[in-house]
Amino acid sequence: MARALINVPPKAKKGDIIPIKALIQHEMETGYRHDFVGKQIPRNIISLFTCKYNGQEIMRAELFPAVAANPFISFFTVATESGTLEFTWSGDNGFDVTETAKITVE
Amino acid sequence: MPIDDLPEHNPEPTRRTFLVGALSAAGATTAAGAMVCVLPSSEARATPAAMQALIRKTVGQAQLRKGKVTLDIPPIVENGNSVSLDVTVESPMTLANHVKNIHVFNEKNPLPYVISIHLGPRAGRAKVATRIRLADTQKIIAIAEMNDGTFWSDEVEVIVTIAACLEDPV
Repeated sequence: MARALINVPPKAKKGDIIPIKALIQHEMETGYRHDFVGKQIPRNIISLFTCKYNGQEIMRAELFPAVAANPFISFFTVATESGTLEFTWSGDNGFDVTETAKITVE
Repeated sequence: MPIDDLPEHNPEPTRRTFLVGALSAAGATTAAGAMVCVLPSSEARATPAAMQALIRKTVGQAQLRKGKVTLDIPPIVENGNSVSLDVTVESPMTLANHVKNIHVFNEKNPLPYVISIHLGPRAGRAKVATRIRLADTQKIIAIAEMNDGTFWSDEVEVIVTIAACLEDPV
């Protein structure tokens, strides 16, 4: 299973704009490389990343082979209420990983 | 844009792939073999024209204006395998005035697409960062689509000294 690293502040004040960082272990094989005997290495990438805050989507990214291996994405959101942030990465070969992080909003 | 609709790279053996095969078969030193990188043939590469076509497709009838968007990427990159890229858009990110989409395109990677990010008023701040691959010295463009239907952009010319793809295949 791919390892994912998520950075969400554990606590925030209501209305704060908080930074979120997400990194996942993945080779992001482009499909444009060949091995030493000239055989094409098949594409294997993550093509979609989504972040949901208590079930509501707050950010979505479509990834292409031009995204570097071990995709890193950082963005912001408004801390509205305590709850869970759900991060999902999906892509080729049935890749589908979901991680969650808790946040307490005062 | 569903990625499965994108054109596939031509898998026909080329002179380069043949040479690489021949090198390995001849028992050339693995070091020499590892130095050879098989770049996609020219017809499989994005071109400035392909990027312009993609921009047209994204923007549609609207006008693409410079400004509001700041694309932060190093102007000289030593290694194209991982280049940090930061896009900031000036926007209050309210329900009435926010950024809907941020697209990043390039002109010389195999595909003109890099990443497309969809935001909304819940983002609070229109600032995203990621790491990308660059196959050559080229122009990168970031386009922001606002909820009022306007498009803003910023472009940066990046010099790449070692292109992505020089890494050894596994």
